[in-house]
Amino acid sequence: MTSAQNTKAILSVENVAMHFGGLIAISDMNFHVNEGELVSLIGPNGAGKTTAFNIITGFQRPTKGRVSFRGTSLAGLKPHQVTSLGLVRTFQRTNLFDKISVFDNVLIGLHRKTSARLLGTLLSLPRERKAEAELRDQAWEILRLVGIEHQAKERASGLPYGDQRLLGVALALAAQPSALLLDEPVSGMNATETGRFIELINKLRSRGTTILLVEHDMPMVMRISDRIVVLNYGRIIANGTPKEIQNDPEVIQAYLGQGVKHA
Amino acid sequence: MSRIFTLLVLAFFLSVPLWLTDQYYLHTLVVCGIFMLAAMSLNLLLGYTGQLSLGHVAFFGIGAYVSALTSLGFSVSIFAYQITHEPWPPVIGVVLGGAVAGLCGYLIGKLAFRVRGAYFVIVTVSFAEVIRLIALNWIELTNGPLALPGIPPLTLGFEPIGYATLWSKGANYYVVLTFIVITYIIIKRLIDSPYGRAMIALRENEILATSVGISVTRYLVLAAVFAGTIAGVSGTLYAHYIQIIDPMIFMFLNTVTMVIMVITGGKGTLAGPVVGGLIFGIAPVILRNYVGPEVQWILYGALMILIVFVLPEGIVPAIERWFSRATAKSAELAMEPGKGARS
Repeated sequence: MTSAQNTKAILSVENVAMHFGGLIAISDMNFHVNEGELVSLIGPNGAGKTTAFNIITGFQRPTKGRVSFRGTSLAGLKPHQVTSLGLVRTFQRTNLFDKISVFDNVLIGLHRKTSARLLGTLLSLPRERKAEAELRDQAWEILRLVGIEHQAKERASGLPYGDQRLLGVALALAAQPSALLLDEPVSGMNATETGRFIELINKLRSRGTTILLVEHDMPMVMRISDRIVVLNYGRIIANGTPKEIQNDPEVIQAYLGQGVKHA
Repeated sequence: MSRIFTLLVLAFFLSVPLWLTDQYYLHTLVVCGIFMLAAMSLNLLLGYTGQLSLGHVAFFGIGAYVSALTSLGFSVSIFAYQITHEPWPPVIGVVLGGAVAGLCGYLIGKLAFRVRGAYFVIVTVSFAEVIRLIALNWIELTNGPLALPGIPPLTLGFEPIGYATLWSKGANYYVVLTFIVITYIIIKRLIDSPYGRAMIALRENEILATSVGISVTRYLVLAAVFAGTIAGVSGTLYAHYIQIIDPMIFMFLNTVTMVIMVITGGKGTLAGPVVGGLIFGIAPVILRNYVGPEVQWILYGALMILIVFVLPEGIVPAIERWFSRATAKSAELAMEPGKGARS
């Protein structure tokens, strides 16, 4: 990793290690994501991908090393503080406010965007009413972007699986990310749903959103990534374009296992 | 539609003192209203943030004692200092009572929300017990078990118009009703705003809430401050209406009454504590005609178990669901995806 690359890096992970007692989840991780780039983090199950996500977004503290976003160190920040810097994540399992309507889910997601003040809210001043109306407009906009606006009034838990995942992304988008971390967004989706999801990702990229993706769906990863970082046993074993990764012997070995070599 | 219904309900309650001549029933309604107010404040914590405060009566009692002492005056010696307070008008007591209880809400929130769930319940119970012991043992200030008698009733009004002292039950009824309406509006506005949504988000899924940028302690503490203040104000109304308070005000049973009101009415709904408050505020009066007080409590318990079994979410959500199902059928033709103004 050269310093020239680092100058335009929006997110950088340096010498991060994570130990759970004797278990080393991540031994020494270094990678960065440039502005506007789509980087995928792949690796076999248990390679440390989700742990990396948790560390980046402040849900876990690394044993050592540092993560910085737009030049600011994230050390010691709480998750909501990381979010307020513009680094927003989604979760691996469907994670929604289940009992609330789709629309209200997005309204909650827009929490950072509100300009309403407490006293004004209690007095229902014009300023706060206007802020609320603007918030509702933005919620509709996000629902339309993601393509689930016709289900706005449904309970979140009542949506089909693929749409629930889309709502999860809508929630993250509502938090105004400049960089979005997606944790296995298309796992369990069928081909049509995955297709819709890729369309959404392309739309987001055209608006300049930086994306870090953890995903097992290799055809999708190969198709949409600018760069791929491969983890195995808590260690980065490869970092390069999809083409380089596909031909990397160490990656092939990690995924397919070390078979008996025939001459 | 629902606004018209709310106004009709309000009109009904405004008319009550005009036709209800029995002073005892009116008294019951005033006390019921005061507890309903406390239940509404508890609902903010229990219903909207999902945190059960089993020491809620502490805020109620603090409000009552602060307001009583403000309007009665006191003289205590702390170490070498003698602090003497001359009586102030009860209205100032109401403001101070609410403020001190709100401050306690802030402190308890800051301390207790480091832990949540069962630990929060324990902290709040202990808090109430500590406050009760202070009220019982700081005899110089609180008169201990001998109670603080002769608390003046509220006096309302201002200079050019003149003053009115609320001796009658009817006048107190209208004051309590006014406070209930104001509190209802405040809570409604809070819940429909980003503040209330943040509280609901924390109740539903704390991890997801933080991931969209919601600060856990900030909004839980905010809810505790509001809940403390409103409960404190209801306590001040109690003190000036009953005109005598003693440490029995901190009875655990009072907290339980509030919790029962919220849960049976429907926690996390605006009307829930109002409906629950009416049922459990009026039930003792009706039951008194037929059975002794011990049996009453048993019937209370049975009634609550029955309601929770049949309608686990409470009465109000059940009615809402039934109502929306009924209207959905008739409105199927006129459906239109309008911009969502939710109830």
